[in-house]
Amino acid sequence: MALVKDAISFNGVGQTFATESGPLTALDGVDLTIAQHQFVAVLGPSGCGKSTLLRLTAGLMAATSGTVSVHGLPVTAPRDDVGIVFQQATLLPWATVADNVTFPARHKRGRVDDKDRARAAEVIAAVGLSGFEKRLPSELSGGMQQRVGIARALFLNPDILLMDEPFSALDALTRDAMGYELLKLWQASPKTVMFITHSIPEAVLLADRVVVMSARPGRIIADLEVPLGRPRDEASLRAPEVQDFAAHLRELLIAKEPVL
Amino acid sequence: MTTSADIAAPEAQRTRPPRLPLGDRLIAMPVALPLLTFATILIVWEAAARLFAIPSFILPAPTRILQGFGAVDVGRWVEHVWATLRVALIGYGVAIAVSLPIAVGLAKSRLLSRALYPLLVVIQSVPVVAVAPIIIVVLGTDDAPRVVITFMIAFFPLVVSMTTGLMATPPELIELSRSLRAPQHREISQIRLPYAVPYIFSGLKISITLAVIGAVVSEFVAADVGIGYFIQFSTSMFKLPQAWAGLVILVALSLSLFQLVSLAQRLLFPWSLPKART
Repeated sequence: MALVKDAISFNGVGQTFATESGPLTALDGVDLTIAQHQFVAVLGPSGCGKSTLLRLTAGLMAATSGTVSVHGLPVTAPRDDVGIVFQQATLLPWATVADNVTFPARHKRGRVDDKDRARAAEVIAAVGLSGFEKRLPSELSGGMQQRVGIARALFLNPDILLMDEPFSALDALTRDAMGYELLKLWQASPKTVMFITHSIPEAVLLADRVVVMSARPGRIIADLEVPLGRPRDEASLRAPEVQDFAAHLRELLIAKEPVL
Repeated sequence: MTTSADIAAPEAQRTRPPRLPLGDRLIAMPVALPLLTFATILIVWEAAARLFAIPSFILPAPTRILQGFGAVDVGRWVEHVWATLRVALIGYGVAIAVSLPIAVGLAKSRLLSRALYPLLVVIQSVPVVAVAPIIIVVLGTDDAPRVVITFMIAFFPLVVSMTTGLMATPPELIELSRSLRAPQHREISQIRLPYAVPYIFSGLKISITLAVIGAVVSEFVAADVGIGYFIQFSTSMFKLPQAWAGLVILVALSLSLFQLVSLAQRLLFPWSLPKART
C-alpha cells in the first residue's frame, strides 16, 4: 500500500457522449489525483461534467480517452470499495430504514445476515438515526432520508465515498447541518471523498482541496488547497483568509459561467 | 363555578368551526353523495316509466327489472355467473402471465422493444369483436376460444402499464445496482418490479373490467351458458326486463372484481397507494 498513495487518479481523461445533435464533449483532458483519505470538492457550473467524473470513478462508465485509476489500478468495472451518495436519497419506498441500509447486501448476495444487521445498526447510529430503523422513507424528512442514503453508502465500509451534490435537494438550514454531520463522520472514520457540489460555502467548509471546473467541455481550471485547518466549525468560515478564498472561487466560477 | 361556566360558554361558541356551505358539506360525504344521486335517478326513472307508460321492451322500470331477476331460478343464475366469471378470470390470469415476461423484455431490451412493440399495437388495433367468430371457428366451442378472446382484450393495458412501470425506476437505483455488480434478475425482482407495482395495479384495474367484457363478447358469439349468453338470449325473445337484470348482475360482477383488485393493492402494497390529500 505504501507504493500507492493516490486513491483516485485521472490521466488525460476525456468523455464524449453521442447525442441526437451530434457528439457532446463532457470532459476534456482532465488530470487529477486525489490522495488517500483526502476530501476533495469538485466545484463547477451545471452541466460541466462533474457527475461524469464521479461515474467514471465508480466504474459506471468508461472514459472515451485517458485512464481513470483507483488505488493504482485502471477502473474497468464497478468496484466494491466505492460507496455512492446521490443527489436524491433514492431510497426504496417500500423498505424500512434498516432494510434500505442493508439493501446492498441483500442486492449483492441475495440475503442479509446478523453481521449485516449489526453493521446497519452501527451506520444508522453514525448518521444519527437510531430509533428510526422501522420507519418508511415517506415518514422521514428530506434531511433524514439523505442520512439514510449516506448510511447505505457507508454500509459496505467503502474506502472511497463519491457524493453527487448530496445536499442540493435540501433546504438551506438542513443543508448546513448535514455539512457539519458529514465532517464529523469523516473525521471519525477517514475516507477518500469526492464531493460534487455547486455551493462555494459547502466546498470550503468540507474539503481539503477544491477543484474548479469550467462549463462544457469540462476542464479543470483551478485546483486549490482550502486555507483552513481542522477541525472546522461555523466560526472558521468567518476567518478573513477563508472569505478571500471563497471570493476567489466565486470569481473563477463567474468568469467561466457562460452568459446566456 | 357559575362564573367559570359563564366564561367557558362563549369561549366554546367562539372556537366552534363555522358552518360550511351546503356544497362543501356534501363533498365531505364520499359514500352518501353518489348513493343519493343513484337513488334519485332510480326514482325519476321509475316515475317516468310509469307516468309515460314506456313499453318495457324499450325501457323497463326498475321494479320490472327487479321482477326480471325471477325469470330463472337462483341455481341457473349461479351457473351463468360462474361461466362468465371463470372465463374472465382464466383469460385475465393468462393475460398477466403472458404480459409480465413481455414487459420485462420490452423494458430491458431496446432491440426487443423496437421489434415487438409495433406488433403489439397491431394486435391491440384488431377489433376483438370482429375476430371473435374466427377464433371460435378455429378453436371450437369450449372455454378455450373464450379465454383467448378475453386474453386478447385484457392483455394490452397490462403490457403497457407493466413496461412503463419497469422503466419508471429512478436511474440512480439502477446505477446503485450496477455499482454493486448485482445479478440482473435481482435488479428486476428487488428494484424494477416493486417500483412498477403502482403502474401494474393501474393496469390490473383496467384489465379486470376488460376481461369481463371479453368474456361477455365471447358468449355473444358462441355459448350456451353465461351472462352474455343470457342477455343475448333474453333480447332475442324480447324479454327486456330479464336482459336488464343480467346487465345489473354483470355490472355488480365487474365492480366487485375491480374492488377486489383495489383491495389486494391496499392490503399487499399499502406503500404503493397515492398519498392521501390532507
